[in-house]
Amino acid sequence: MNSSFFFGLSTMAYILAMIIYITYLAFKKTQIGITATTVTIVGFVSQTLAIILRWKEFADLSGMGFLRSAPLTNLYESLIFFVWCLILGYLIIEFKFRNRSFGAFVTPVAGLALAFIDISGMSKEIQPLVPALQSNWLLAHVMMSFIAYSAFALSFSTGLMYLIIKTEKRNEVSYIFWTITLGIFVVVLTAMGIDFLTFKVLVKPEVFIKSYMFKSSFFNPSVFIKILSWISMTVIIFIIWRYGLILKTVIEKFNITPESLDEMTYKSIAIGFPVFTLGGLIFGAIWADQAWGVYWSWDPKETWSLITWLIYAFYLHSRMIRGWRGKKAAMVAVIGFVAVIFTYLGVNLLLSGLHAYGSA
Amino acid sequence: MEQGKNRTFIDKIWDSFASVKLAIVIFALISLTSIVGTILEQRAESAKNIQILTRLFGESLAPWIFNIFDKLGFMDMYHSWWFIALLILFSANIVICSLDRLPRIWKLVREPIGPMTEEKLNKFIINREVILKGKPDKVKDAVTTALKSVRFNYNYTESKEERGYQFFSQKGNYSRLGIYVTHFSILLILLGAVIGVFFGFKGHLNLPEGSLSDAAYSDRNEVKPLGFDIRCDNFDVEFYGESDMPKEYKSWLTVIKNGNVVMKKSITVNDPLTYEGITFYQSNYGLISDRLVRGIFIFRVISSDGKTSDLNLRLGDTFQIPGTNISGKIIDFSPALKIDENGHVFTYANQMNNPAVYIDFSESGKRKYSGWILKRHPETWQLPEGPMVEFVDYWGVEFTGLQVRKDPGVWIVYLGCITISIGLFTAFFMSHRRIWVRIVEEKNNTRVVVGATSNKNRAAFEKKVDRIISLIKKYEGGN
Repeated sequence: MNSSFFFGLSTMAYILAMIIYITYLAFKKTQIGITATTVTIVGFVSQTLAIILRWKEFADLSGMGFLRSAPLTNLYESLIFFVWCLILGYLIIEFKFRNRSFGAFVTPVAGLALAFIDISGMSKEIQPLVPALQSNWLLAHVMMSFIAYSAFALSFSTGLMYLIIKTEKRNEVSYIFWTITLGIFVVVLTAMGIDFLTFKVLVKPEVFIKSYMFKSSFFNPSVFIKILSWISMTVIIFIIWRYGLILKTVIEKFNITPESLDEMTYKSIAIGFPVFTLGGLIFGAIWADQAWGVYWSWDPKETWSLITWLIYAFYLHSRMIRGWRGKKAAMVAVIGFVAVIFTYLGVNLLLSGLHAYGSA
Repeated sequence: MEQGKNRTFIDKIWDSFASVKLAIVIFALISLTSIVGTILEQRAESAKNIQILTRLFGESLAPWIFNIFDKLGFMDMYHSWWFIALLILFSANIVICSLDRLPRIWKLVREPIGPMTEEKLNKFIINREVILKGKPDKVKDAVTTALKSVRFNYNYTESKEERGYQFFSQKGNYSRLGIYVTHFSILLILLGAVIGVFFGFKGHLNLPEGSLSDAAYSDRNEVKPLGFDIRCDNFDVEFYGESDMPKEYKSWLTVIKNGNVVMKKSITVNDPLTYEGITFYQSNYGLISDRLVRGIFIFRVISSDGKTSDLNLRLGDTFQIPGTNISGKIIDFSPALKIDENGHVFTYANQMNNPAVYIDFSESGKRKYSGWILKRHPETWQLPEGPMVEFVDYWGVEFTGLQVRKDPGVWIVYLGCITISIGLFTAFFMSHRRIWVRIVEEKNNTRVVVGATSNKNRAAFEKKVDRIISLIKKYEGGN
């Protein structure tokens, strides 16, 4: 059996777990909850096996030794590792806080991310490494960055949930903030979904973003569709704003206090921040120093990592200011993760720089 | 009066510099301006950035916006006066913030803790009380055993009180310094960077195979003398299998000082050479087009009986295969040979991706056969008569592109990286925990009061305190 069998198994397990977790939310039966957790653990174990197998396949193929063959070298592999960290983080939270409600949120992200990899036809081939990537720093740098990203992803979801249950009025800044953030996420995902359906493209994500992204909506040659897209976006955001309070009553049923959500947000960032500083910024700088002779060159990837770092530094310091703890800090946590997404995907796909690894 | 007024004014400035508010304003300013810096290409030609702005804002607005950003220094913003001013402000904030808070924290760290009155103990957020049978002297043992078994054992202080005892202990008091170590490390990293800017240089050097240089060149093409000579003996690219995907770039370098070879090293990406504080990194490579016909072909001829001989030849040269009457004449060369479906050969790249040499073979002066010999394809080396002509290299036509750097500040930056890691990990994962246990005799029973504090992760410490309580109770049950 090879790695793709176990990857497939884990994808199915996460999607199944999502259904069971949602059922659990509806009926609140302990047995259902235990089943959901078990299925998630099965998915996690098979994903772990899959990663180890792929690691071995890579090592056998490249003959570069085990340390340098970590399956973390392209978008496909890094997304898989991100999902793995996310599920691990979730399982830790489930056992520590004895609350299964998040499962209904985390497993869909995991299942959909893995399914997205399949549908988008992202290159799954094991690719040999270009000279710049052949370094022992690759493993430490990428692995720690993704552990931090996963911690930040958790803080994003708890921060967003905190905002949802803490806001009362539609004219509150924090209410407008979370509805618009959620609205934009929904719009971007929908628009990309429409792109896939319209063009039925099976290309690398880099090519997709450059040539197809939003082509069936915001960047369509037809002015009519363009205007229609902007109108739909406004409508979607408006609907979320108008009926957002329904989401509040849903989340209130989870039996999570805002205080524990705030604590989870803080703790995820308190873990993510030092790991990101060391693994993301420092190891990245040392590696750049070895490969290119500049530990810091202000290229977009580095700068966006620094921006992310500063936003979380902002979060950590703002908690010490009276009046910032709570909703304002939660908004910063949400913005922080938007910066993480941009650092991870946006820079590689939209901006150029040293991190194009000399592909030209 | 005058002096008093002055002091309050200075105080105000001091306070604003020591404030967390200034810190988060600086974080926000650096982040927001840096975003612009990642969108506009830094130190690029104006046309490029106008093009980017056109894509974002349309043709009519782009030149306007460009002019505004250009005047504000955004085209090279990380070196602009206001960005450097922001970094200086950031440093000042860190320094004054630390000076402002450190004395108080230092006192907390160094101060030994003493016994507390029960009133004070009851005010702690973590506060427990149990009544046990027996005299304080007996309960005392239970308390010390309990403290030991949760590893709060070492260096607790015992003090005898009127009707009992009190134990107190603290742990992790130095972890309070983690934040200051972190802040100090940021200053250290910035200091290292400043030293690098003033006392180091960044440059590049394109060195043809066989050439040497005593200087590198900065981005503005200023000459940067090295103080020694560096020579490129050879350069080679290794590919993955049959593909054109590079596996390794390798340069063989020699350092020569005062006419003596002092160092020889082959460098690859991720494995540079350092001599006298100057480091050479493998950066790029290329063909030197005007040398293309003047290189040296290195062949290794293996005759039928297994004897090998190395040959260095030029285009147009003729060579003899030892032990035979066969001779070869070098007719043509291609750095990257490819054959299309119709059997036509052509050069498909401007790099040495697939070096090939065309040789005419004759026996005793009579033309026999001719063909391409490819460096990457050993099956083309074999001659029908048995001997092999291995195409080792076409030397002297490539240059290696080296990144050259001298940075005496880099060690300070690395030191700062180490200390910031230590600082962050102590700041986030360690806490200053203090515990007081008071044992008082009360109507033939003994009352145990526990008060405890932790500056971080209170919930975990609370659990530990509960464990101490349950251990004390268990002791009583065992009696």
